[in-house]
Amino acid sequence: MAATSQPRFAALSGVGLVAAAKEAGLAAFIALVLAITVIGMRTVDQQGGLGIEFRPTVVGIAVGLVFVGRFLLVLWRQRARPLDRGARERVMDRIGAEVLHYSKYAGISLFALAVAVPIIWSGNRYVVDVATLVLTYIMLGWGLNIVVGLAGLLDLGYVAFYAVGAYSYALIALHFDLSFWACLPLAGLFAASFGVLLGFPVLRLRGDYLAIVTLGFGEIIRVILLNWYSFTRGPDGLSGIPRPSFFGFEFTRRPAEGETAFHQLFGWDYSSMHRIIFLYYLILVLALITNFFTLRIRKLPVGRAWEALREDEIACRSLGINPTNTKLTAFAIGAMFGGFAGSFFATRQGFISPESFTFVESAVILAIVVLGGMGSQIGVVLAAVVLIGGTELFRELSEYRMLAFGGLMVAIMVWRPRGLLAHREPTLLLGRTTAAGGGGGP
Amino acid sequence: MSATANRALLTVEHLTMRFGGLLAVNDVSFVASNREITAIIGPNGAGKTTVFNCLTGFYKPTIGRLTLDHGDHTFLLEQMDDFRVAQKARVGRTFQNIRLFPGMSVLENLIVAQHNRLMRASGYTLFGLFGTGTYRHAEQEAVEKARYWLDRVRLLDRADANAGALPYGAQRRLEIARAMCSDPVLLCLDEPAAGLNPRESAELNELLRFIKTEHEIGILLIEHDMSVVMGISDHIVVLDYGRKISDGSPEHVRNDPAVIRAYLGEEEDEAEAAR
Amino acid sequence: MEYFVQQLINGLTLGAIYGLIAIGYTMVYGIIGMINFAHGDVFMIGAFVALISFLVLGIAGVTWLPLALLLVLLIAMFVTSAYGWAVERLAYRPLRGSFRLAPLISAIGMSIFLQNYVQIAQGARVKPLPPLIQGGFTFMEHGSFTVSLSYMQIIIVVLTLALMTAFSLLIARTALGRAQRACEQDRTMAALLGINVDRTISLTFVMGAALAAVAGMMFLLYYGVIDFFIGFLAGIKAFTAAVLGGIGSLPGAMLGGLLIGLIETFWSAYFTIEYKDVAAFSILVLVLIFRPSGLLGRPEVEKV
Repeated sequence: MAATSQPRFAALSGVGLVAAAKEAGLAAFIALVLAITVIGMRTVDQQGGLGIEFRPTVVGIAVGLVFVGRFLLVLWRQRARPLDRGARERVMDRIGAEVLHYSKYAGISLFALAVAVPIIWSGNRYVVDVATLVLTYIMLGWGLNIVVGLAGLLDLGYVAFYAVGAYSYALIALHFDLSFWACLPLAGLFAASFGVLLGFPVLRLRGDYLAIVTLGFGEIIRVILLNWYSFTRGPDGLSGIPRPSFFGFEFTRRPAEGETAFHQLFGWDYSSMHRIIFLYYLILVLALITNFFTLRIRKLPVGRAWEALREDEIACRSLGINPTNTKLTAFAIGAMFGGFAGSFFATRQGFISPESFTFVESAVILAIVVLGGMGSQIGVVLAAVVLIGGTELFRELSEYRMLAFGGLMVAIMVWRPRGLLAHREPTLLLGRTTAAGGGGGP
Repeated sequence: MSATANRALLTVEHLTMRFGGLLAVNDVSFVASNREITAIIGPNGAGKTTVFNCLTGFYKPTIGRLTLDHGDHTFLLEQMDDFRVAQKARVGRTFQNIRLFPGMSVLENLIVAQHNRLMRASGYTLFGLFGTGTYRHAEQEAVEKARYWLDRVRLLDRADANAGALPYGAQRRLEIARAMCSDPVLLCLDEPAAGLNPRESAELNELLRFIKTEHEIGILLIEHDMSVVMGISDHIVVLDYGRKISDGSPEHVRNDPAVIRAYLGEEEDEAEAAR
Repeated sequence: MEYFVQQLINGLTLGAIYGLIAIGYTMVYGIIGMINFAHGDVFMIGAFVALISFLVLGIAGVTWLPLALLLVLLIAMFVTSAYGWAVERLAYRPLRGSFRLAPLISAIGMSIFLQNYVQIAQGARVKPLPPLIQGGFTFMEHGSFTVSLSYMQIIIVVLTLALMTAFSLLIARTALGRAQRACEQDRTMAALLGINVDRTISLTFVMGAALAAVAGMMFLLYYGVIDFFIGFLAGIKAFTAAVLGGIGSLPGAMLGGLLIGLIETFWSAYFTIEYKDVAAFSILVLVLIFRPSGLLGRPEVEKV
C-alpha cells in the first residue's frame, strides 16, 4: 500500500526500485516463515511412524515466487497509476454491460451450439458426458444464483438440497415405482420443504449466521445419509435407480414383453448413446427452465423484493415488505432447483452415495456463482464452462483444483466483490433517461 | 374522510425507551394531526430518532402506547412488527442516513415501494409468472404512480439511472418519493433537509406543503434546519435528554423559555445561549 | 457413576480445546463483526506445525520432554500467528467497507485454500503421533470400571486455564486490550483518537491464531492423529461454542467451549456416537432461534 503514495511519474527511478525491493523482501520473509514448516518439512510414512522429508528447494521456489511477484506488483503500482476501487468498478461494470449486451445475441448461438453438441459428437461419449456435467453445474449455479446473487443470502450448504433431491428421487422411484416425470416434481418439492424448514428459524438472523448454519446443515445431511442405514443404506449408497424413459419408451436393447423400446419407436438400431444423448437434452431443458424462470421472476414483485433486500433490508421493512417470507421464497425456490438437479443426477448415475454430496460440491457451485458474477446468468455459464470444463482438460492437475478455486474466490472478492461479470440491467425502464447519464441533476 | 378536518392521526402516550442503563426516551406524549406537519426538534441525542424507530416498529418501546387512527380503524403501533407498521398501518418513513436501494434504478426503487399491492396483483407470483393481464395492468399503474412522484421531485429524466449514482440532494428527494409511493397516511421524515443547500431546502418546503395539502396526510418531521422547521410546521414538539420540554405552535415554542434555554438560545438570545 | 465422572473429565478436556478455538472466533467477530471461516483451518495448521516440530526436534535429538513441549508450543504459536496475520492481510483487509457478502465469501475461499494447501504440502493421509505423555491417575476403582485422569488431560486443562487468565489480563490491563475494545465500539472514532486500527485488527488475528495453535497442539497430543480436514468440524463446533456463550464475549467463548465439549461427550457416551456432530449443530440452531445473544452476550441493538 505504501507504493500508492509514490508520485505518479516515478517511473523506474532508483528510489522506486529500492522501495519495491524492500517490500518484496518483507513479503518473502513472511513467506519463508509460512512455508518453512508446512511446505519445507513434509511428513512421510516410514517404518516405525512418521518421518520428515526436507524440501528446501520447494521452499526456495515458493519464497522466490513471492519475492518476484510482490516486487513486480509494487513496481506496477508505482508506474501505472492504480485504479481506485470506484474507477475499477466502473471499468469492470462496462465490461459486464458489454458482455450482457452481446449475450443477448450470443445466447441464441450458445443455445444452438448446446443443441448441436450431441449431434456433432454423436459418437463421442466423453464429449457428451462432459457437456452434461457442465450443464448440471450451470443449472446448479443458476439455482444458487437466485439465493446468493438475487437475494444476497450466502448459502454454503447448497449441496444439501442437491442431496435431498437425489435421495428423494431415488427413494420414491425405488419404493413407489413412479416414473421420472412424477418423481422429479416431488423431489423438487421435498428439497424446497427442507429449504423452508431450515430457513424459517435462521433467515430472520444476521446474514453470516445463515452462512454458517447452511454450512453445518450441508454436513449434517451427509452425516444422516451416512448413518441412517435402514433408510439410505449408508455408505453403500442406493443403486438400481430407475433410468428415465422417453415418455414411457425405455432405452433398452430388449424391452419387456409387450412394450416398445426407444429405438424401436423410431425404427433405429439400438445404441447405448441414445440414453446418453437423451440425458444431455434433459439437463439442457431443465437448465433452460431454471434460466427462464429466473429471468421472469426478476421482473415480478417478488424478484424485485429479493434484490431490494440484498441492497438494504431495513429500507425494505420500512416499505412493508415482509423480510422473512421474502427470503424464504428465494431460499425455497433455490432449493427446489437444487432438488431438480439432484433428481437428474440420481437418474443419470443410477447410483448415489453420500460421497457425492460433500462440502467441496457446495464450494464449487459457489465458486461458479462468485466468479461469474452474482446475479449474472451469462456469467454462471462462462464460469461453469471454465471451471468444470477446465478441470476436465487439466485432469493431471486435479489435485490443485480446489486450491485454485479457493484462491480464486479470495482474489475475486479483493478485485471485484460482486463477481467478474456482475452487471445489472434495470428490470423495467421508463425510457426517458438522458443520453449522458452522468452529470446533470441539481 | 376529508370532511373531518385535522383529526388526531397519531397519539403518543407515555413513550419510554430504555437501552440497558440508558434512558433514551422518557415518558413522551404528543399528538400529530392529519393534514398537519408536526416537527420534532431538539439537540443531538435528545431521542428524536428513537421516537421514530418506536413509531415505525423498528424498536419495541419499553413503555407506551402509540395509536394510529385511520378514521375507520385504529392501530396500536407498539405491538406491530416494523414491516406490518408500514404495510397495515401505512406509516412511511425516510432515514437520517439515506437508505435507498443503490444498485437498483430510480424507477425500480419506486416500484419496490408498491410491493404489497403488486404482489396481490401478481397472484403472489403464481399468475405473474405467466404474464396475465391483471398483473400487467397493475404494473402499468405502479409505473404511472412512480412517474407522478418522479415528476414531483424533478427526477423524471433520471428514472432509469442507478439510485446510488444520484447526487445527494436528489437521493433525499427520491427517498421521500419512495415513501410516498407506499401510500402512507403518516409520513415520518428523519432530517430531510440535512446536507441540502438553501435552494434545495426551499424546494423541500414546497414539496412537503404539497404533500400535506394535496394528499391530505400527516407529516412527522425531525429537523435541525430552523428555516424548514419554522417555515412549514403547524405544530412543534421539543425534546431534550429524552424528555418533552415544549409542545405547541411554532409561535408558542419560539417564545417558550424552556426551549430557549435548551436549544433555540443562540437564535433568540445570544447571551442566554452563552450562559 | 464412574462412567459419568469419566465422561465429565473427557468432556471438560475436549471443551477446553473448543474453548481456545472459540476465542479466536469471538475476538474477530467482536472487532470487525465477521465470522472468520478460515479460523478452523488455522487451528488445523497449528496442529500440523506442532506435529512437524515434534518430529524435527526428535531428529535433532531434543528428547527431554518438557523442553520439547515448550519449544513445540512456541514454534507452533509463532508460525500459526504468521498464518493468522497473513490471512487477515491478504483476504480481509482489502475488503473493509466492501459489499456485505464479500468478506464472508473471501473467508470461505481462504478456508478452502488452506485446507487444500495443507493437503498438497503434507499429503491427504492421517498423520499419527505416538503418545508422548502417558500415564495418569486412576481412582474410584469399583469392580471392573475405573475412572482415569491422564496427565495429558491435566496439562490441557491447566494450560487452558493459564492462557485464559493471561489473556483476560491482557485484554483488561494493557494498551493493546484498550485499543481492541475501542475498535469494537467504534472504529472511526478509535482511528480519530490515534489508535492504529489496522494494527489492532491484525494483532487480534495474531492472538486468535496463537490460541488456535495451542488448541491444535493439544488436539494432536490428545488424539494422536490429525489430518488436513480436522479444521472443518472443529471450526463449526468452536463457532457454535462462541455463539452459545454469546459471540463477542471472551468468558462466553470459554463457557460455550466447555458446554459443547460436555454435550458432545455425553451425547456420544449415552446416545449415538454417529450423530455427535448433529448434536452440536442442533444446539447452534436452537441457540440462534431462542437466544441469539447467547448465554453471556449482550443483545444487539440494530442500528436503523
